[in-house]
Amino acid sequence: MTGEKIMQSMVPMHERSNGLGGGFAGYGIYPEYRDFFALHIFFNSESSRTECETYLRTTLEIVRSETIPTRTIPEITDEPLIWRYFVTPLRSVLSSMQVDEREFMSRIVMRINTVYKGAYVFSSGKNMGVFKAVGYPEDVGRFYRLEEYEGYCWTAHGRYPTNTPGWWGGAHPFALLDYTIVHNGEISSYDANRRYIEMFGYKCTLQTDTEVITYIADYLLRKQGLTLEELANVIAAPFWSTISRREADEQQRLRYLRTVFSSLLITGPFSIVLGFEGGLMALNDRLKLRSMVVGEKEDMVYIASEESAIRVMEPELERIYAPAGGEPVIVRVKEGAY
Amino acid sequence: MVKIEAKGKSYVAINNEIHQNAGEILVTDCCGQRFIGAGMGNCAIKIQGIPGNALGAYLNGGEIEVFSNAQDSVGDTMNAGRIVVHGNIGDTAGYAMRGGEIYVKGNAGYRTGIHMKAYQDKLPVIVIGGTAGSFLGEYQAGGIIIVLGLNRDGKKIVSNYPCTGMHGGKLYLCSDCQDVLFPKQVTAHTATAEDMQEIAPYLEKFSEFFGMDLQQIRSQVFTVVTPDSQNPYKQMYVTN
Repeated sequence: MTGEKIMQSMVPMHERSNGLGGGFAGYGIYPEYRDFFALHIFFNSESSRTECETYLRTTLEIVRSETIPTRTIPEITDEPLIWRYFVTPLRSVLSSMQVDEREFMSRIVMRINTVYKGAYVFSSGKNMGVFKAVGYPEDVGRFYRLEEYEGYCWTAHGRYPTNTPGWWGGAHPFALLDYTIVHNGEISSYDANRRYIEMFGYKCTLQTDTEVITYIADYLLRKQGLTLEELANVIAAPFWSTISRREADEQQRLRYLRTVFSSLLITGPFSIVLGFEGGLMALNDRLKLRSMVVGEKEDMVYIASEESAIRVMEPELERIYAPAGGEPVIVRVKEGAY
Repeated sequence: MVKIEAKGKSYVAINNEIHQNAGEILVTDCCGQRFIGAGMGNCAIKIQGIPGNALGAYLNGGEIEVFSNAQDSVGDTMNAGRIVVHGNIGDTAGYAMRGGEIYVKGNAGYRTGIHMKAYQDKLPVIVIGGTAGSFLGEYQAGGIIIVLGLNRDGKKIVSNYPCTGMHGGKLYLCSDCQDVLFPKQVTAHTATAEDMQEIAPYLEKFSEFFGMDLQQIRSQVFTVVTPDSQNPYKQMYVTN
């Protein structure tokens, strides 16, 4: 599917944002470079680009670098320099550091975002990309010409910042490697979560709460090897009273996850969609303080904050339902289809 | 009947058109426009498509009828009138509602009837044909919520934590509620003939709107939940 449909779905969601941030993630959009990490980077100036590129060349082989094609429209202004690089780690550097390439790339992203002034990596996975800006999402999609990309999975977000600045890096999705997060809500556990996750090499630099959820997902899924269901049981852990009414084995499992990763419990309202290579996971906070609807038709799954956004994409659904708080909805693309 | 084609229109434009026309109005191709009928009285609005959040917020009379699903906060702070939904509804329907009636054929999301209240001759009523999500009647202070749990295929009639913070009003569940856990500040009892008498007119209207068998519904066991006393949370935070 091209990015056209998901851009259309954001039109009736206009009231949910205020023009201070919109963005999309597309999966499967770079098949010709599927073996390379696609870095999308904002630069504040040519000098920050030169400085950052010099660093990239010391650690990565850059097989292609270009500006991301955009369309000049009155709704989107003050854009930074927006570049993308298809890269692969230099084997010599990789072997001397004794880490796998995903860990290597995540360290490079953290380094650029913390050390290189005026440079922000906002997308860093393989065969996927994040596109975001200050503006309404439907305009951001047109700005980035998303109708020209084709992928197997798309996510989108319109932002209404309440506590932190509306800037290009602060728009959703937030991404690290192939993990992306779009988030409706505000998490009250942000600082507790941030302090904990920063012990493991992550640095929260983007001035908003959602960023930390992305790093939590990366930490628990990639580094700790948890399943998606276990991730959901950590960040939206059931109440102790709910756990105490479960079967004995299940109680033990839930108690273990809540105890070991207690600092990664996310409190406050959220509905999130986590994108990853090959699928999606949607999740509400356990009190369900934000809305979420799931629709299905044949081999397509649609997830949105409101049913109307889904009806724009597919008026005739076979099934539509609202998942309960803390109940993850996991969607996987058929093996080999991406 | 006046027809308003909603496609591509903002809620402001739709509500302006509704205001300019007296009598029955049919809104077609609605897709997510919020606040339809907000604050209106004596309206007669029928809606095709999916109306957006806060449908009939502050409604002050008349009737809104929806032929598909409705989203969140249906009848938010409604004062009078009636909303009839032939599908399901989202979260927080009847939020702080203080009068009027909401009838839903299907299921309701979380927090139905949250902060519902009653005053003098104002008695808000919500009737849900299917099941209700968690926190049903949260902080309910007045009015009547009825959940019928029709066609629920073994699903619980209400999810977790119903009546949390309830301190007034009545909740009717068409079930013996053996599988429902209530907070200790409320009392659940099997509905008496008097209890059933109280909701008879609402059940009649429900069966009339959606073509349901009234006798079948009335022959079921209902459980009635009320708060324990006038001030069930008396010593929860401070001694007063």
